[in-house]
Amino acid sequence: MSITVSGISKRFGAFAALSDVSLDFPQGELVALLGPSGCGKTTLLRIIAGLETADAGTILLDGEDATSKHVRERQVGFVFQHYALFRHMSVFENVAFGLRVKPRNQRPPEAVIRKKVMGLLDLVQLGWLAERNPAQLSGGQRQRIALARALAVEPQVLLLDEPFGALDAKVRKELRRWLRQLHDELHVTSIFVTHDQEEALELADRVVLMNKGRIEQIGAPSEVYQQPASAFVYGFLGSSNLLRGRVEHGALSFGANRFAFDALSGHEGREVTAYVRPHDLNISRRAVKGSIPATVRRVLQIGALARIEATGAGDGTLYEVELPRRDFAELSLTPGEAVHLVPGALQVFAPDPG
Amino acid sequence: MAGGGLSLHGGGAERFEAKSATRDPAPVKALVLGLGLGFFALFLLLPLVVVFAEALRKGLAAYLAALADPDALSAIRLTLIAAAISVPLNLIFGLAAAWAIAKYEFRGKALLTTLIDLPFSVSPVIAGLIYVLVFGTQGWFGPWLAAHDIKIVFAVPGIVLATLFVTVPFVARELIPLMEAQGTEEEEAATVLGASGWQTFRHVTLPNIKWGLLYGVILSNARAMGEFGAVSVVSGHIRGLTNTMPLHVEILYNEYQFAAAFAVASLLALLALVTLALKVAIEWRARRAAEESHR
Repeated sequence: MSITVSGISKRFGAFAALSDVSLDFPQGELVALLGPSGCGKTTLLRIIAGLETADAGTILLDGEDATSKHVRERQVGFVFQHYALFRHMSVFENVAFGLRVKPRNQRPPEAVIRKKVMGLLDLVQLGWLAERNPAQLSGGQRQRIALARALAVEPQVLLLDEPFGALDAKVRKELRRWLRQLHDELHVTSIFVTHDQEEALELADRVVLMNKGRIEQIGAPSEVYQQPASAFVYGFLGSSNLLRGRVEHGALSFGANRFAFDALSGHEGREVTAYVRPHDLNISRRAVKGSIPATVRRVLQIGALARIEATGAGDGTLYEVELPRRDFAELSLTPGEAVHLVPGALQVFAPDPG
Repeated sequence: MAGGGLSLHGGGAERFEAKSATRDPAPVKALVLGLGLGFFALFLLLPLVVVFAEALRKGLAAYLAALADPDALSAIRLTLIAAAISVPLNLIFGLAAAWAIAKYEFRGKALLTTLIDLPFSVSPVIAGLIYVLVFGTQGWFGPWLAAHDIKIVFAVPGIVLATLFVTVPFVARELIPLMEAQGTEEEEAATVLGASGWQTFRHVTLPNIKWGLLYGVILSNARAMGEFGAVSVVSGHIRGLTNTMPLHVEILYNEYQFAAAFAVASLLALLALVTLALKVAIEWRARRAAEESHR
């Protein structure tokens, strides 16, 4: 089922949770709603589910207006951050619930229910836990049961509210991979909410970045990462170093430094903030054209990358640099050393109108 | 018990005791224990023993005769009627009030929370007087009621009303913290899965609150049967007609029929013991259910 959201607004008292949000979710895609807490992503998800009513705007499910349709009739599956399993029911009964509450004339016979529930439990690889109580399961197992329960009613859309938010890092990563596989098998249109950019970029077909109740950018993970539409998106998707300066003759003047980059065209004569990712900063022992003199403060070697924190010689700005371990080994930097930072790519955004 | 709620978290004392840093010195412990247990033995356990001893002083035959007295039987019947009407009503009202407070946002929520506590904070005698002032012969609705030949005060309806008033808080007070702690996510999950409001209540909400609900009902019942003050004001003390068990005990006592008075009183004491036993059993069940769901 495709979902079209148009002109949705929602206020909670004086707080505008969503302002005029319009979006399309095509059939069969796995889409991430990504943003900081309070950006309205969960509210949007709950409005699509029908758990929350919008103040203005419409929701179309498969082109049909569902704005006033009750949540019961929307045929959505919803997975809650804290699982919301029925605590007094066994795992089996939890998954069977959606089938058992169907009107009598639509309710499948007991044997069909049993077969279907066991099939779903096998799908989430937890068939052996059918008779347990939810409290006897680990967080990751609970979330998989919650997913099986949501799938039992054969929803046209699967909505997941921070599904991995309450799990620890290792389980989160496993479940992420598993959910992607499951989605590739079932092809149910799915939307999940997250504040974890890594999760969104790794898992989703498309990422919708939200901030302060508005959509900042929509695109494939590589697209939003490589061509962020705003300073917010750039900052949210990874660490960044800031260079403030003035664009003169197509180059950024910044203290005694001048960098010429294509990104600067169109900003002639303006004060701008340029952004550089830590892995786009290089370290050189000798001054080169446009390099920033700095002092190494701290060196962290974790995994394949070495992270170096350095402060600018002039103003003491903190810079973060990431080098492949091998390059770092060749440089063999130690804290206190004077170095030169060379930006390899910069990004400049039009000043925020707000 | 106001603000009580089922205590589901045991085991704190063990840790407190096991550590030398927090363990109290032996004399202090002995003093606290002595005070606590001594008080209960002297002021609660002893009177309980006295009730049964006095009731049986003239032998079992006299005891049974006192209970078989028509006035005593009538008092027992009225007490049961008052409880049988007020407890189910309080169950419904308490459930509705707790549901409203825990699951809805509305204006006047704080007021409702405070009002539920009112019967605890107001003297039962005042509660009785209110009904006399409203429904009595000289009261607001007095002339209208008299014209339509409806008797409320000094009759069974008044006793039921007074009992209802004093027992209103028990169920609601028991359920509000429980329902607030459980939140609304499970209900939301049920609704998304297609359950109707009634199905959600029946299969999700009710099983989650059943122990708290039962506990509230039992406390409410104990109070309904034992209430004296409010009922005394509206009853009129008509023997065989508007006397409840506590009132009957007082009348017998005032007439120096001590053995009979204590015999009826022993029934009330027995009710208290049964209530206590049920309460312990429910707490044990609830704790086990909680432990099961926390393992």
